[in-house]
Amino acid sequence: MATTVAAPARIFGSGIKRREDPRLLTGTARYTADITLPGQLYAAILRSPHGHARIKKIDTAAAKAAPGVVAAFTGADTEGVLQCIPCAWLVPGSELKVCPYPPIAKTIVRYVGDAVAVVVADSAQQAYDAVDLIEVDYDPMPATVDPEQAVKPGAPQIHTEAPNNIAFKWTVSGGDIEAAFKKADIVVRDRIIQQRLIPTAMETRGALAHYLPATGELTLWNTTQNPHIVRFIMSLVCNIPEDRLRVIAPEVGGGFGSKIPQIQGDFITVFCSMKLGRPVKWIETRSENYQSTTHGRDHVQDVEMAATKDGKILGLRCTVWAGMGAYLSTAAPGIPTILHGLMLSGPYQIGAVKEDVYGVYTNTTPVEAYRGAGRPEATFMLERVIDRLADELKIDPVEIRKRNLIPPFDNGHDVVTGLKYDSGNYQGALDKALTHAGYAALRNEQAEARKKGRYIGIGVGIYVEICGLGPSQVAGAVGFQGGLWESAIVRFHPSGKAHVFIGSSPHGQGEETTFAQIVADELGVSVGDVKIVHGDTETTPMGWGTYGSRTTAVSGAALAVATRKIKEKAKLLTSHLLEAAVEDIEYENGKFFVRGFPDKSKTIQDIALMANVAWNMPQGMEPGLEATTFYDPPNFVYPFGAHIAVVEVDAETGVVQLKRYVAVDDCGHQINPMIVEGQVHGGVVQGIGQALWERAVYDDNGQLLTGSLADYAIPRADVLPDIEVLHTVTPSPHHPLGVKGIGEAGTIVSTCTVYNAVIDALEPFGVESIQMPLTPERVFNAMSKKGP
Amino acid sequence: MELSVSLTVNGRRYDRQIEPRLLLVHFLRDTLNLTGTKIGCDTSQCGACTVMLDGVAVKSCTCLAAQADGSSVTTIEGLAPDGQLDRVQEAFWEKHGLQCGFCTPGMIFATKALLAANSNPSAEQIRHALEGNMCRCTGYQNIVRSVQAAAAAGAR
Repeated sequence: MATTVAAPARIFGSGIKRREDPRLLTGTARYTADITLPGQLYAAILRSPHGHARIKKIDTAAAKAAPGVVAAFTGADTEGVLQCIPCAWLVPGSELKVCPYPPIAKTIVRYVGDAVAVVVADSAQQAYDAVDLIEVDYDPMPATVDPEQAVKPGAPQIHTEAPNNIAFKWTVSGGDIEAAFKKADIVVRDRIIQQRLIPTAMETRGALAHYLPATGELTLWNTTQNPHIVRFIMSLVCNIPEDRLRVIAPEVGGGFGSKIPQIQGDFITVFCSMKLGRPVKWIETRSENYQSTTHGRDHVQDVEMAATKDGKILGLRCTVWAGMGAYLSTAAPGIPTILHGLMLSGPYQIGAVKEDVYGVYTNTTPVEAYRGAGRPEATFMLERVIDRLADELKIDPVEIRKRNLIPPFDNGHDVVTGLKYDSGNYQGALDKALTHAGYAALRNEQAEARKKGRYIGIGVGIYVEICGLGPSQVAGAVGFQGGLWESAIVRFHPSGKAHVFIGSSPHGQGEETTFAQIVADELGVSVGDVKIVHGDTETTPMGWGTYGSRTTAVSGAALAVATRKIKEKAKLLTSHLLEAAVEDIEYENGKFFVRGFPDKSKTIQDIALMANVAWNMPQGMEPGLEATTFYDPPNFVYPFGAHIAVVEVDAETGVVQLKRYVAVDDCGHQINPMIVEGQVHGGVVQGIGQALWERAVYDDNGQLLTGSLADYAIPRADVLPDIEVLHTVTPSPHHPLGVKGIGEAGTIVSTCTVYNAVIDALEPFGVESIQMPLTPERVFNAMSKKGP
Repeated sequence: MELSVSLTVNGRRYDRQIEPRLLLVHFLRDTLNLTGTKIGCDTSQCGACTVMLDGVAVKSCTCLAAQADGSSVTTIEGLAPDGQLDRVQEAFWEKHGLQCGFCTPGMIFATKALLAANSNPSAEQIRHALEGNMCRCTGYQNIVRSVQAAAAAGAR
């Protein structure tokens, strides 16, 4: 009987449930804080209560005598044992001044939260009790916390090595910026404060170090996004050879950039374990996390845009003061420069740009990557001044963007900063967003509402971002002190099940599922038969980590290539076993078969068995079915999209209600659309958080006033609408799977999109800018000053 | 000074001598080694430590272990003792209601408390009910979908 069999649905592109979830749903997953070793001790760190002070004297005697206390150490104890914490992004041509960052401060504390001493005790409670008994005699000094003020004459000096607190000055330029401004019919300007943010991964940072004096080996469980980098840096700072260091990122509860760098507590924990020869655990409290784990953003930006009267953009010129905090964190200098300045022209045809960036030391917690890292700050700048231009020229904000967008391209487009975007169809994404949102109708609704004294605003944001970091040669050229390739090992066992070992280190993004989908799609195995192993330097090959939306883009490419090597070997072995020419072996739906004879076939499971027993291998073929790939991408990838926000501002209270949010993103082909959508939701909401609620506040003495989750407002469930998520698909031409990245996309554009919507709503009041976050108080005051 | 307490946790009785200041969350995590309950803040904002205490969802960082003396506690480890996920867990899996998983145990108990009071909540009611549980990964949208799916499956 003839039957019709539907083609099996392709596993690549299928929104299957995540393989990592059962352990997370049942509380059986083990995060760093959940791991306890026999004989384990607990460390509590005493932190500076001053933004800037000289340490005159530290007395740990009472702490050492407290119940359960095993040891107390100060900076003096680390002398000659711990090196300073290195900065690993030495941006060239910037006169970078990397000032010594001791793991425990010795003579001067430079931010509230700077480590001063540590107590190790039998229990965490005893350690915290004893920390309170340490007496420190401080001589407070004036502090400086604002990156623009800190460079002015007379500002308190934080490091003698960095006059005027300038850590670096970096300039990017392309095209003839002077000519652009000379030719302009109109110049619009804005001053933008990209306020400092606190990443707030739900799991704080922490470490568990176990040193074995007999062998000199150390195992470190660490809340990190990049265990191989941790091993590299830890070996340098603590003088432990890399071969005796094992770093494990167990379950990691979110990162958003804040788990890239190695921070004081990591080194202190390792130091304590080395000193005591016992396992030592340190877990941040949330208040401690807010002081000691890195922050994000913190730019003061002066921006000006030159244009013709028809709205054609001629040039963009800016000066940025980027707060670095008291010390340069691991990747910090690269963020407001390479990841920011090179993206200045965004998705638009802009013939000339120039930006001067001052990296500035302030008496604050060090700044690092935070979701988007440099690109949200660039996108905001551009999308904001374009709206200003539209406003001045009385051109619709959508229309003015259309006049300037780069036309669609599918294999390379050179931009003024020297980058080559891989592929893009910005107009396509914009059109889809406009259609879905019903842009024309929204404008009508807005006009009608205004007649009734209701203030609706519509914000548009378009972005292109650089991610999938990146070719290692470029990394070296821009001063990154590491490579940016990734590796993957695919190993088939005799039973046909497979292990995949990757060097990157996902921590919530779902690669245990999407990467299994890659293998399943290439070789016809079940997703459940492929286990992805990550996060342990002892078992995984070298990799540079999970950040910069690079895991699927780079690590996924390594895996695809490794899987294809397996396929090639399987074809060779099949041809040998079936006594057919290898050119005649085809692969389809999990079967290797002789062309024209589909019944004469082998599955990958057959091949895995035969390769592993190796009874009948062709001449010269090695046993086993395993492939390794080290993949260095030929270029970055450049995802893009267009978002639209609709808000209503209550004129009585200044409260902003986000009514709708439409996101059209293009990350090329999607391996698992459910996971892509989840990344968009989370990313968009983090960016909305910056627009409406989040701000790290320091007083003039360097006190962190938003020092807990009671004071720092991250988005809650009840203040958000559903995000309407759509996509276009423009594959990356150079990626083996045609994919790009999606982890940061939402955050990169949602802040400016919501901000633009609020300013649009306030158009009748003549409000041109308000400092973020757009709290009711600020919005109300801005409206009151102007009046409708 | 130590106190004697007796708690039933996930159906099993535990008699322990504890410090009076010991929080319930530390009792669960450190004394009983039930580490599925998470600590995400120190100001009772985040809700990661939410457990069921005598049938009520409670942030276990706001409660002394001594206050829970004689009570019955359910933690995340108690929901699927034989590996069979309960309906709320199942719904969170189905609807991608978690990413890093750190807030998930607390979210699940906040959900169970909501569904016990309202078996068919609206999206708005769900968002309101979850305002005391913070998630930094999901933007909450798929958590709302998970709760709706759990409600549709008759979860309590």
